[in-house]
Amino acid sequence: MAVDAAREAGSFRGARLRLSSVLWRRPWLKLVVLLVPPVAAFVAVYAASLGAMLVSSFWTSDSFTAAIVHTWTLDQYRAIFSLSDPTYLRIAGRTIGMAAAVTVTDAILAFPLAFFMAKIAGRRTRSLLFVMVLLPLWSSYLVRIYSWTTILSKSGPLNWFLNGLGLPDAQLQFTNKAMWIVFSYVWLPFMILPIYAALERIPGSLLEASRDLGARGSRTFRSVILPLAFPGVVAGSIFTFSLTLGDYITPLLVGGPGSSLIGNIVSEQSASNLTFAAAYAMVPVGVMALYIALARRLGAFEAL
Amino acid sequence: MESHATKIGLGVWTALVVAFLWIPLVIIALYAFNASPIQSWPITSWSTKWFGVAWHDDFLRSSLRLSIEVGLAATAIALVLGTMASFAIQRFAFFGRDSISFLLLLPIALPGIITGMALNSFFSFAGVAFSIWTIVIGHATFCVVVVYNNVLARLRRTSPSLVEASMDLGADGWQTFRYVTWPTLSTALVAGGLLAFALSFDEVIVTTFTAGAQTTLPIFILDNLRQGQQLPVVNVVAFAIILFTVIPVWVSQRLTVGGETAAGGRVTAVATQTE
Repeated sequence: MAVDAAREAGSFRGARLRLSSVLWRRPWLKLVVLLVPPVAAFVAVYAASLGAMLVSSFWTSDSFTAAIVHTWTLDQYRAIFSLSDPTYLRIAGRTIGMAAAVTVTDAILAFPLAFFMAKIAGRRTRSLLFVMVLLPLWSSYLVRIYSWTTILSKSGPLNWFLNGLGLPDAQLQFTNKAMWIVFSYVWLPFMILPIYAALERIPGSLLEASRDLGARGSRTFRSVILPLAFPGVVAGSIFTFSLTLGDYITPLLVGGPGSSLIGNIVSEQSASNLTFAAAYAMVPVGVMALYIALARRLGAFEAL
Repeated sequence: MESHATKIGLGVWTALVVAFLWIPLVIIALYAFNASPIQSWPITSWSTKWFGVAWHDDFLRSSLRLSIEVGLAATAIALVLGTMASFAIQRFAFFGRDSISFLLLLPIALPGIITGMALNSFFSFAGVAFSIWTIVIGHATFCVVVVYNNVLARLRRTSPSLVEASMDLGADGWQTFRYVTWPTLSTALVAGGLLAFALSFDEVIVTTFTAGAQTTLPIFILDNLRQGQQLPVVNVVAFAIILFTVIPVWVSQRLTVGGETAAGGRVTAVATQTE
């Protein structure tokens, strides 16, 4: 009995050893085993989804039944880029303008903070600041937008504060300005962290060398810090830009009647007119592709 | 390098921006204790009664349960696929390696609406009815990259010679995995898993495109916000969510070496990929 069990255990271990030496001698086999499941899953679901969206955008939907008609057509793109009815062009323009405004705002808010974190704060302050930036990034995005709807509301904290100072109500509720504030707020940590990472990598000796060579603070900033930190700003801007382009919750909750962005149209049309929604969703894809190509041209990726 | 005045100026700016980041979170936490069902500032009477109301709300409970189920399933898929992919990418050199890591990264780099709309087209194309599984698939696509990134960062720091040494000393593949690879990876997996769960738990946009009649917790909140209903309950939920998303981030931050790569995972994903 005991001998049998030992032999069995031995042969089990033998099999295991044989299997591991097979894998050890043929690393490519190990690679195949490791790589096939994730890649197959991604290709079968995600890449196929992007493909399905692209294909659907060249089809059309029946306006009564919302069923998809499988005939090739550019109708959806004609509707989007129509000059006689520029509704969709205008919405795309508003979305891109909003994304740009938010990106610039976040860069301005984030840069001095990231600089303080990376170059001035002591170790303890730095790690405290790091957590203070990180926690809002991970705390619920929906909750953070909701919080602003209460802050900006007529009887909310902002107007209470302004009235306390003897100022009139801000009247920001349901406006594009409110959208701009909320977008800048929710994406701000996405800008801070890459800039911080870029600034942290600048050796202190470079700044000393610049000073030894007679540069004042402003000159050092312009000629040393900014060029080296720029890739971080571009990396951050990819987030702020892309996330704004694809959002529809913020316009829904804090925007007004004329605040629809690309995302709102895609979300509204996805049930009734899927082919149009798919085509319109290709607009942010195209814009992001251009943006990333431009960033690459600016050398943003090489230095990261 | 900087004058004293510049330093003070930067410090003040930093304090203001941090206040800007935190005031909304504090305000929503305070509103959870507002006795009045009407949201007006300043809060005049305080109460914890809405916590009880929220606790006994069946619809809220079922959406919380669904969110947890979806989060666990998506995290499990992400852990398996993300770990496999990171081993393949980090330990081997092969043709198409960069394209594969780019593909894994795409769901988090592209706006959520694109992932959502693409999956929506795919499911309608393939004739798949929306269910909890379509939500899980949607969430898993962007959770994989978080695990992948965490494990990849950890693998970069551990030398493959440890594995070779273990094999030279007579261990088989399983023993090496159990006694060498696993102990070095386990905290990165826990951190990656927690972050993946947090990401899934919070997701709205992809969910709205991949859910049918199912209501996850964020969808419950969104529906109530749009209709302006049950705001006191929403306040309580918001407060609880802030607490419960803070905990995993805090833990994962502690679990990771040079924690910056890990918990910033959402952000550093792109940065580390383009290195």
